[in-house]
Amino acid sequence: MIAIIDYGVGNLFSLLSSLKACGAEAVVTNNVDVIRKSDKLILPGVGAFEDAAKKLFDSGLDKVIKEEVASGKPLLGICLGMQLLFETSYEYGVHSGLGLIPGKIIGMEGTIPENLNIPHIGWNALKYKKECPIFKYLKEGDFVYFVHSFYGVDCDEHVTAVAEYGIPITAAVQKENIFGCQFHPEKSGNVGLSILKAYCELGE
Amino acid sequence: MITKRIIPCLDVKDGRVVKGVNFKNLNDVSSPVELAKYYTNNGADELVFYDITASFEERKLFTDILKEVASQIFIPLTVGGGINTLDDFDRVLKCGADKVSVNSGAIRNPELITEAAKKYGNQCVVLSVDVKRVDGEFHVFAKGGRQDTGMEAISWIKDCVSRGAGEVVVNSIDTDGVKGGFDIEMLRRVCDVVSVPVIASGGAGSIEHFVDLFNQVPDASAGLAASIFHFGEVSIKDLKEELDKKDIIVRL
Repeated sequence: MIAIIDYGVGNLFSLLSSLKACGAEAVVTNNVDVIRKSDKLILPGVGAFEDAAKKLFDSGLDKVIKEEVASGKPLLGICLGMQLLFETSYEYGVHSGLGLIPGKIIGMEGTIPENLNIPHIGWNALKYKKECPIFKYLKEGDFVYFVHSFYGVDCDEHVTAVAEYGIPITAAVQKENIFGCQFHPEKSGNVGLSILKAYCELGE
Repeated sequence: MITKRIIPCLDVKDGRVVKGVNFKNLNDVSSPVELAKYYTNNGADELVFYDITASFEERKLFTDILKEVASQIFIPLTVGGGINTLDDFDRVLKCGADKVSVNSGAIRNPELITEAAKKYGNQCVVLSVDVKRVDGEFHVFAKGGRQDTGMEAISWIKDCVSRGAGEVVVNSIDTDGVKGGFDIEMLRRVCDVVSVPVIASGGAGSIEHFVDLFNQVPDASAGLAASIFHFGEVSIKDLKEELDKKDIIVRL
């Protein structure tokens, strides 16, 4: 069973539906027992980093996530959920994340060519940097759906895929059992579903 | 690089997809769920649903249908029509919408954009604007294109973007339903003043019109159309293959 961690951020309808479409058993929960009994975790998130981090820390679920991950349970952060895995975010101030992936989150403004729109919104192709088990069904250049204005840097060692947006933008990361996707697999059509399917199959 | 997007638009009334010519004479076309599935499997990059009903009962039916679509379709969904308050945002987001488009609601109360962007993020707020030439000026029209607000469109769009609209759908009433091509002049004017994605709407009648759009307005992010897709006059698959041949980046 997959626990989608509900800490009061964003809409989880599509994520839950897409996991069901992959044949996975999934539940949206903030219940610590349910999270501990689950096989895998997904940390979703949309909106602002500061607000989401505060909600996550105030709920105390950050500690549960860290303990579960330390015991080897897979964790997948999606979009802002991926950014929360990092140490620090510079989105409107300086804010601490979970610190599970070394690196920081910075804005695109000033780092990408001026003629490109911010947010980076739409379908972009994945370029793989490393083998990653959740990409086992994908091929080079498969398109996924992005919506974001901030992105991960100083994390080269753990980057598994980038997307070109004037510069290479961190699209996915992995550190052992911790995975992150900047894009939305639950909104990336069949490519996205195959990523979720591969995540569901980890350890099987 | 990010691809140009092709977006079919589904106007929904009484649980069915309809599309009028110049916003009048609505024709029943098909089931929203079936059409949505068909488009997703045939290359649509995103879907837009406009709720063109007014009554409470019909609105409930619309959100039921939206939920059904969102539980089976895993590409971005934008919902518009009847969005006047933050509660309306909440209502459709809970049913699986990813973005919410505001039109008349923002004209009545521009603060709606500011508040929604603050609460849900800019990426969630799409400004939809119906524009028509009046005495050599671009005017914003309200009420589904029936009422001239007298507002100048370019400054209205700029204002909405500075309030937090993360995308702009520019629908030219002058070209809508005519199938003579997108309103290149109008779209260029809008792309010149905003840095958020601009979605062209109104006037597509053939594959060539999309090629013209992306060649002549390279900053346009997407092309939106309804009837030519619904009636099978243009298949999205053929359209995207042709765009690809013309070196316009699309998701194939």
